Amino acid sequence: MNAPNIEYGILGPILIVLAAALIGVLIEAFVSRRYRYILQTGTAFAAVALAFLQLVLIRQTSSKAAVSSMSIDGVTIVLQGSVLIFGFLGLLLIAERGFQSFTAQAAAIPGSNEEQKALVSGLQQTEVFPLTLFAISGAMLFPAANDLLTLFVSLEVLSLPLYLMAGLSQRRRLLSQEAALKYFLLGAFSSAFFLFGSAFIYGQAGSTTFDGIRKSIVESGGSDQFLLVGLALLTVGLLFKVSAAPFHAWTPDVYQGSPTPVTAFMAAVTKVAAFGAAIRIYYFAVGGLVWSWRPILIAISIVTMAIGTVIAIAQKDIKRVLAYSAIAHSGFLLTGIIALSKDGLNATLIYLFTYGFTTIGTFAIVTLVRDSGGEVSDLNRWAGLGKRSPLVAGTFTLFLLGLAGIPLTSGFVGKFAIFTAAYKSGNISVVVAGVLASAIAAFFYIRIIVMMYFSDPVEDGTSVVIPSAMTVATIAICAVATLVMGIYPQPVISAINSLAFFAG
Amino acid sequence: MSLGTSDTLVYLIAIPLFSSAFLLLGGRALDRVGHLIGTAASASSFVVALIELNKMLGRDAESRGVTQHLFTWINVGSFQIDATLLLDQLSICFVLLITGVGTLIHIYSISYMAHDIDRRRFFAFLNLFIAAMLLLVLGNSYLNLYVGWEGVGLASYLLIGFWNQKPTYATAAKKAFVANRVGDVGLSLAVMIAFVQFGAVTFDGVAKGIEAGSASSTALNAMGAAILLAAVGKSAQFPLQAWLGDAMAGPTPVSALIHAATMVTAGVYLISRSNFVFDNAPTAQLLVVIVGAVTLLFGAVIGMAKDDIKKALAASTMSQIGYMILATGLGPAGYAFAMMHLLTHGFFKAGMFLGAGSVMHGMNDEVDMRKYGALRKVMPITFATFGLGYLAIIGIPPFAGFYSKDKIIETAFNAGGSKGIILGCVTLLGAAITAFYMTRVMLMTFFGTKRWDSAAHPHESPWLMTVPMILLSIGSITTGFIFSNGDRLKNFLAPVVDKHHHEHETELLAPIVVTGLAMFAVAIGISIALAKYSRKTIPASAPTDVTVWTKIARRDLLQDDFNETVFMRPGQSLTRVLAFLDKRVVDGAVSGVGAMTLRLAGDLRKTQTGYVRSYALLILLGTVAILAAILVVTV
Amino acid sequence: MNPYLPIIAIGAVGFGFAAFSVVAAAISGPRRYNRSKIDAYECGIEPTPQAAGGGRFPVKYFLTAMLFIIFDIEIVFLYPWAVSFDQLGLFGIVEMFIFIATVFIAYGYVWRRGGLEWD
Repeated sequence: MNAPNIEYGILGPILIVLAAALIGVLIEAFVSRRYRYILQTGTAFAAVALAFLQLVLIRQTSSKAAVSSMSIDGVTIVLQGSVLIFGFLGLLLIAERGFQSFTAQAAAIPGSNEEQKALVSGLQQTEVFPLTLFAISGAMLFPAANDLLTLFVSLEVLSLPLYLMAGLSQRRRLLSQEAALKYFLLGAFSSAFFLFGSAFIYGQAGSTTFDGIRKSIVESGGSDQFLLVGLALLTVGLLFKVSAAPFHAWTPDVYQGSPTPVTAFMAAVTKVAAFGAAIRIYYFAVGGLVWSWRPILIAISIVTMAIGTVIAIAQKDIKRVLAYSAIAHSGFLLTGIIALSKDGLNATLIYLFTYGFTTIGTFAIVTLVRDSGGEVSDLNRWAGLGKRSPLVAGTFTLFLLGLAGIPLTSGFVGKFAIFTAAYKSGNISVVVAGVLASAIAAFFYIRIIVMMYFSDPVEDGTSVVIPSAMTVATIAICAVATLVMGIYPQPVISAINSLAFFAG
Repeated sequence: MSLGTSDTLVYLIAIPLFSSAFLLLGGRALDRVGHLIGTAASASSFVVALIELNKMLGRDAESRGVTQHLFTWINVGSFQIDATLLLDQLSICFVLLITGVGTLIHIYSISYMAHDIDRRRFFAFLNLFIAAMLLLVLGNSYLNLYVGWEGVGLASYLLIGFWNQKPTYATAAKKAFVANRVGDVGLSLAVMIAFVQFGAVTFDGVAKGIEAGSASSTALNAMGAAILLAAVGKSAQFPLQAWLGDAMAGPTPVSALIHAATMVTAGVYLISRSNFVFDNAPTAQLLVVIVGAVTLLFGAVIGMAKDDIKKALAASTMSQIGYMILATGLGPAGYAFAMMHLLTHGFFKAGMFLGAGSVMHGMNDEVDMRKYGALRKVMPITFATFGLGYLAIIGIPPFAGFYSKDKIIETAFNAGGSKGIILGCVTLLGAAITAFYMTRVMLMTFFGTKRWDSAAHPHESPWLMTVPMILLSIGSITTGFIFSNGDRLKNFLAPVVDKHHHEHETELLAPIVVTGLAMFAVAIGISIALAKYSRKTIPASAPTDVTVWTKIARRDLLQDDFNETVFMRPGQSLTRVLAFLDKRVVDGAVSGVGAMTLRLAGDLRKTQTGYVRSYALLILLGTVAILAAILVVTV
Repeated sequence: MNPYLPIIAIGAVGFGFAAFSVVAAAISGPRRYNRSKIDAYECGIEPTPQAAGGGRFPVKYFLTAMLFIIFDIEIVFLYPWAVSFDQLGLFGIVEMFIFIATVFIAYGYVWRRGGLEWD
């Protein structure tokens, strides 16, 4: 047995973020409370920036790494780049101290003396930064994984910090803790399916690497029941992460309960990572079983779009509306996987890239609308926002139009690309459903816009709070990205098209 | 025609565009210097244009056009649109007119708008207009042109409604916007036809496609008609002319720049630019001629009845553009003369509008000519410059209008057959009426007895306003001779609009005869006006005991009534019927569907119980379903 | 023969034995009920002390148990390494040190934040 070879250079981006996360844990343990915040944010931002730099340096790579357990290729580079950008934006929101979003002691019982004391002294814990970095590293590893076990480990590295982060909200503690626990329990449940599925696949293919699975499917013709059972269970685990119906039920509760900066981070980064992993599995590992999984995914995609858009109409809480919108977007994104073509691959990556900016921007704006008790997420109280703060309402309108996929926003570019790809691959049914769902979705986005502009403001203490430059910068970056990629998407499209290839 | 490239074209557009953005975003901090920045931007653009002209004249006649590729705008499969600028002989005329006259009007506005608190915004919009108009004439494809086309529409809307605190002004802006939208449908249709027929939307690509014969004559006629519709909307031609009079609600410099000299002539530019379409689409070309002829009389008749000095001038603009459109409809022989009239008109009409502005400036913004009179003594410079413009527009030699209008009349007569005779007579009649109503304007404003309000203290305008007027009046004197001497402009433009060097066909009447006829017509017009307005005193309010024809003319030849009866009333009834149907039938269905969706949403929402156990059950059921499905599908 | 048949047979035997034992015990065993018979485990010793809060364990116990599992797993991971570290050479040593270092970072965190203190 020879010592395996680890390609530190091309794994650099992941390793940098992981190392920074560990440093963050040490800071938390050994540095006095006064300096923690500044050190933690410094480490986190520096690590993400460095990782991105390293990613740019290795952008031409296309090879397997770490004994074939990972694949660092163009697709990975694009996805890791997206994760790092959205991670950075998410960190900016999380680092915002103006709002006291994060509780000092997540484990304290709501309303207890300890909590009261921490609240009064204005403490906010800083563990969220290493947790975020762990989540980012997991999200970078997830789409790079080329092996079922690596995939599972990265899934857990991504998920476990998110379970904790969901429970960190300063306000509405019970809702937040409930969200964390629900997310954890259901996540564990779906992880079990995932692992069970991996075992079945290993049993049939005799290998956990994607290359091995691919080869075995070619050799066996792909009609083995155990392989199919394994694939079905694996699919459940993945679909849970992307919150596709019927595995979506956690999404609204968790999005609503989590601190909004975490929701923003989670919504963008998890989606990129999970779809990144899914696309590698369906395109590369089990591409040979397309006739088995495509009908399933078509059905799930249609159901997901329908559930996401229809239930969103009946929601009264802005964060829940956005959660259902995220579910609907998962349905749209699935059409890119269903396409199973180079176009579909490109379109999915473009969609993810554009969607991340828009969704982070949307949640960033949700953090701004507040009253004395914290964020105001009751939609009725957003009425008349356009008269109260035209700029914020205008930006929010831009994001909503982006989510709705109206032309001249990045959302249109993504939707157009992904539906075109699905159409070209002959899956008309899913395109028709997608267009119909988009129409329904436009209804509830526009309803919010109408509400903001055409209702009179209610004087109930709701106001728009403009915090430090960090949130403002996030919103500005997201708005510019949404607009620029809507008007002149060509450079991004070309860059992604030329990068997005799997390593053979 | 081979095309070179140039790296500097983009500055023409970029300078005013950035200036506009800077002024708009800069906020109140720039209030004190905004007008200077705006004027400097326009002047810089003019300097760039002069440099480009100099370079162009240095190249030989067949390769004077240059292009600059900015970026690939859209690239979807075989559909590629480049943002490319094209500067050739045709565009340079416009570029110089836009930036040159534009700069003069900027200077004028510094003083004219001095007391307006929103002067900075005004200059930002003016710069935006300059940038958009330049993009319109510099785009190398119908799609690029379309961007500029919409841009000038926007700038025009913003500037007509600049004083939008008055509801009628805001309404006027909307009216202009809506009429323009109708025309824009034409332009987008033209773009679509071009793309379907030729797979290209560049002028070059379409021209080559036509030459290769890849389109049927029906398609070409359709495209020509669509282009004409666009031109009709933008250039206030019959039947979309009604907005121009109301557009006078904007500040007078705007009327001078946008609604006299440049934007309204965009239709002429579009038709001249599309010469390759019209030369192969005789039916569309005939339509162009008819539209031009009708508008030229229509505007002239309205002009006779207007007491509002700006509306009288607006009617005259409509009529003069009718001349240009008519000329473009006459084929290769006409394009150059249309352009010539366009350029000379740009000078004299802008000058007259500025003169009108100057009068209003001195008369507390009074626009009713019945309240003017005898202003020549108190406003000598305004009188002189306006008078020179007057001589130019009615076509007295050697002023600019004489050369250009005379050529159009001549070309009309030479169009051949009865068509030539009819068109010739129409243009002659137009010339006579023009002479009449312009003389009327002169007499009512500058001669006769003073009929001012006691509150008015007319005075000459400051030099910042008079200098542009003087410069423009010099243009109204000289440009005609410069352009027509030795067919200079015609030869200059020939490589663009007359590639195949059409020779003049038979001459119906000798040029000297035509000139004589025109002079005669003008003389008649002037004498009638003199007889009617110089003897009697002019009543302070319009007489009511007039013939029904006068009444009709005062009501803009019933254009609004027509629109109201033919479009608005039936439209409203239709809307009412539709609203009823919508409410009962469609809404019934929609709100039925909506209610069903909502009920469904409500029902589905109940699955969201909040209990982890039911979520887990859902996941389990989903898993079982997937397992079953995948096995059923495959095995 | 299907290779899974013996497994099913074993399963059936196991299930049958369990069922048989329960039924046989219920039928054949003597029935003498007294206090110690009803007690948990039937071993004669009183279960002490009564857990606080209606039979729930304090959450501290879970923390300690969790820490034990983490460090226990670390040791488990050392075994296969110990078997093959002579073949892995320097690489193996470096990687194992990295691994132990990460666990120590976690240990340091737990220690500094008071995770090892019972009260």
